[in-house]
Amino acid sequence: MSHTLDVAYVAELARLELSPDEKRTFQLQLETIVNYVEKIGELDLAGIEPTLHGQALVNVFREDVVVPSLDRECVLANAPERNGFEFKLPKIVEDA
Amino acid sequence: MSKYLITIGLETHVQLKTNTKMFCGCSLKFGEEPNTNVCPVCLGYPGALPVMNREAVKLTVMSGLMLGCEISRLSTFDRKNYFYPDMSKDYQISQQARPLCLGGGVTIQTPAGPKRVRINHIHLEEDAAKINHYARFSGVDFNRCGTPLMEIVSEPDLSSPDEALAYVQALKQILVYAGVSDCNLEEGNLRCDVNISVRPEGQEQLGTRAEIKNMNTFKGIYAALEYEIARQLATVARGGVIVQETRRWEPDLGETQSMRSKENAHDYRYFPEPDLVPVALASEQIAAWKALLPELPSARRERMVAEYGIPEYDAGVLADAKENADFFEAAVRLCSPGLGKTVSNWFMTEVMRQLSVTGKTISECPLTPAALAELVELVDKRVINGPTAKELSAELFENGGMPGVLVAKRGLGQVSDSGALEGFVEQAIAANAKSVEDYRAGKKAAAGFLVGQVMKLSKGKADPQRVGILVAEKLARLA
Ligand SMILES: [Zn+2]
Repeated sequence: MSHTLDVAYVAELARLELSPDEKRTFQLQLETIVNYVEKIGELDLAGIEPTLHGQALVNVFREDVVVPSLDRECVLANAPERNGFEFKLPKIVEDA
Repeated sequence: MSKYLITIGLETHVQLKTNTKMFCGCSLKFGEEPNTNVCPVCLGYPGALPVMNREAVKLTVMSGLMLGCEISRLSTFDRKNYFYPDMSKDYQISQQARPLCLGGGVTIQTPAGPKRVRINHIHLEEDAAKINHYARFSGVDFNRCGTPLMEIVSEPDLSSPDEALAYVQALKQILVYAGVSDCNLEEGNLRCDVNISVRPEGQEQLGTRAEIKNMNTFKGIYAALEYEIARQLATVARGGVIVQETRRWEPDLGETQSMRSKENAHDYRYFPEPDLVPVALASEQIAAWKALLPELPSARRERMVAEYGIPEYDAGVLADAKENADFFEAAVRLCSPGLGKTVSNWFMTEVMRQLSVTGKTISECPLTPAALAELVELVDKRVINGPTAKELSAELFENGGMPGVLVAKRGLGQVSDSGALEGFVEQAIAANAKSVEDYRAGKKAAAGFLVGQVMKLSKGKADPQRVGILVAEKLARLA
């Protein structure tokens, strides 16, 4: 029933390559999940505050104090390729 | 051709003045070597958890208060999902559903009078890494990644490049005043995305808009808007259609270019950030931050005119930079009443000239408000004359110190003893019989020459005004 879910579209946004079979399977499975969640819409929720987070916590902060960063050689050790101290990438033309 | 209306809205990204990044304790010192200020959080390692910088929230709320926004009592963070190597975790932590600040606005000056530019909202987010482009490859530096960025989103209330520029400049001035950002354009502290559309006069609905991304100079914003307006008007004039797209300003070519972004590039699949809990701001907290706010530049201009009796023009120049206004006010308050305009003159001519020559800011100079105040008093009380004061001001600007001490030490005080002055006048007249002849023959300018001679004899320490009177009297008697 869900007209808001289109697996092919979401897969494209997530850069996932799905076969037609997989698309059908995931469409069905995800629709079932979404429909299950949509059941909540059957309730009268007027005046009920939405839950913003799984934990009933607010205001978890850090003071603005510098702590040491990682050693640069460690940081770059796993880079497939490096250009001096930069992570090297294939040439990029466009911004996101 | 029918008349077209131009509609411009700006998204202004402002780097907040914090010591550390938005969600980790990495330093934000500018100009460090690549990938030195990085950690698992800002490198986007899986499993690393963000912890919010309290100062960044405070500075955003203070900005909102300066701009007349309503502060959200409950604010949340969301993930903005996209794939690009400047954000290695593949999402940016931002605010979509519940930003920290809502509404507000900035008043700009236009030829038609003041105009209110409304702000839609201000949200807080993290900056992306810097990608450097080379001929055959690109390189990523994560030092910038995770910098707290405040995004100020205006309503599409602007209708010309001039207005857009006035808006960004007003915004910059307010934020620098509030001390929330350095707004240093060279360091990329302030960057703008611009939305722009055109529509025929009389049409209610806005035209299709193009977005120009990531401009970081005032000149660039202005030039890009001028170009883009012309491009859209030309497209419409030949019956073409404006497509909704993102464009890039190419300063070297002087044009905007389509970024040919993929379809759906704007579907960021926002969802609530599960790694951060909401920010709840009590009214006491907001009030405490509000108490830290300085006066708005416009209010300060008005107050300075009323309080010190200086012209509006002076107040505008002085209030333009907060530290100049602070300096001026500190100096005026040390002076006898009624010297506001005199202090303003000294600041706007001598001090600002020195600032522009040296390229320094007033806080970088050893000149103190007390020294300027004393200098103004010394001139006002005729202890020293104008030329001496000018020389002293240059020296105080360079080396600091107090003018009174220098005057005493070097005997720079004006010669006001009448006997001494009259002696100089006699001497000058005796030695320049030709000038006296000229004066008698009607060449009144010769008196000026004689005054100059007297000044020379006094080694520059005579009060030129008094010398003028004495010379005139003497010549009149000789005539
Ligand atoms: Zn970090």
